[in-house]
Amino acid sequence: MDKRKVEENFFKGMMIASTLIVVGSLLAVLIVVLLKGAPALSLSMLTQTPKGGYYLGKEGGILNAIVGSLYLAGGATTIAFVISLPTALYLNEYANRSKLASFTRHSLDILWSVPSIIYGVFGYTIMIYLGMRASLLGGIMALTLLELPIMIRAMDEVIKLVPLKLKEASYALGATKLETTLNVIAKQALPGIVMAILLALGRAMGDAASVLFTAGYTDNIPGSLFNPAASLPLAVFFQLGTPFPEVQQRAYASGAILLVIVLSLSIASRLLTKRFMKYVIR
Amino acid sequence: MFKPHISVEKLNVYYEGHHALKDVTVDIPEKRITAIIGPSGCGKTTLLKSLNRLIDLGDGVKVSGRVLVDGVNIFDNGVDVTNIRKKMGFIAQMPNPLPMSIYDNIAYGPRIHGAKDRKELDQIVERCLRAAGLWNEVNNRLKEPASKLSAGQQQRLCLARALAVKPEVLLCDEPTSALDPISARHIEGQLVTLKKDYTILFVTHILRQAKRLADYVVFLYLGELVEHGPAEEVLTNPSDPRTQAYLKGEIS
Repeated sequence: MDKRKVEENFFKGMMIASTLIVVGSLLAVLIVVLLKGAPALSLSMLTQTPKGGYYLGKEGGILNAIVGSLYLAGGATTIAFVISLPTALYLNEYANRSKLASFTRHSLDILWSVPSIIYGVFGYTIMIYLGMRASLLGGIMALTLLELPIMIRAMDEVIKLVPLKLKEASYALGATKLETTLNVIAKQALPGIVMAILLALGRAMGDAASVLFTAGYTDNIPGSLFNPAASLPLAVFFQLGTPFPEVQQRAYASGAILLVIVLSLSIASRLLTKRFMKYVIR
Repeated sequence: MFKPHISVEKLNVYYEGHHALKDVTVDIPEKRITAIIGPSGCGKTTLLKSLNRLIDLGDGVKVSGRVLVDGVNIFDNGVDVTNIRKKMGFIAQMPNPLPMSIYDNIAYGPRIHGAKDRKELDQIVERCLRAAGLWNEVNNRLKEPASKLSAGQQQRLCLARALAVKPEVLLCDEPTSALDPISARHIEGQLVTLKKDYTILFVTHILRQAKRLADYVVFLYLGELVEHGPAEEVLTNPSDPRTQAYLKGEIS
């Protein structure tokens, strides 16, 4: 066989192998978590808060952490979305190629790579300064900080891809910048905007370090923004840290629940956007 | 013999230092079809996009000179650019439907200019789709995404969309260049029908198309206006050697 053909086949093989490793590790994670958690999965895991002695293997569930995580990630994602979409639109349609825009993008890229424990510690410092206790509100604030760079930069990238010809079409009809931005650009970029929200939401749902000090942990469901809130990643952490095998098993079950929540949110929002997807110009 | 509708006076356009239009002065006749011809990169599209100030969207664009539409210089500081663009309908080279339904594509313009009444919008949509010769093909699927139409249908949709805001002028940038010959014929036919109500300018580099459609011809070469006049005069008996060379196919 000639050399170029060997070369071609070799690199094609390498690429396929790499892809298989990626897909394989995803499957491996899913299988391990589900298999190890399955025996401990029960309705009471989902519907009860920890009873006395839960961490020693007695009765109860992790409803506190499920609800806590939904509150924390839901609140943070909502706030982050309200800030991110205008920022991403501004960067592209109003401030594009300005010094301010490139400075903002650089700052966001740096913030994206900041470890989440730093956001936790930062939030904690601010909270002490304000005299706040670990609370749902504190956790939401820390997670919002964590989500912002992810959401803005992800939206930024898809809004950048909206073709000039669509903007021209809108402007040529006498539309203002705002009308064009909201009616045409945001619509065309909608699937990407939803992906950006999911990316940030997934990150917030799964983050333990930023909520450790800011939201704390509790066996109760938070009744107000100023109560501490439990979260699934910390539930996994605390249960896996006990010396009891049955409690460790529950840690895997909690992980599985976290995975299922993130996956179903992702699938649900994809189905929702499908309705709008069909209008997107390719 | 032609009543001017648009007067371009000493128009100069620079793109980040590149001098794209040089001292262009020309009157565009009302309710006629004017063809802007010339080789690629000679400033045809720039001239067209100056007339609705779509060139404003580019970076580092500088303009001097005047463009009078109904006696108003559209480059004056106090002028509301959205009103100018409403007056000057624009058809792009590539069909560019908006990311919405067929109906909403047409209703988009009237809506941003304040039309809310559903019945009124229904009427506008039907009238414009008929004027663009598309009504019979789409009247039973107005809610479908515009992107599902063929390229030829999309271009007629864009024509209908331009008509929906009641412009006085239609600016067409090689509107048939991305279309198959049958769709192109369709668009050409619509333009001829529309000229009784609209002043039409179209950019083309197809000489035969200019011959078929144009009442008036503007020939640009390297950013300069070389020659302009009634179509039969410029296309059959040009006075400038550069126009003669272009028409003979020696430069393109």
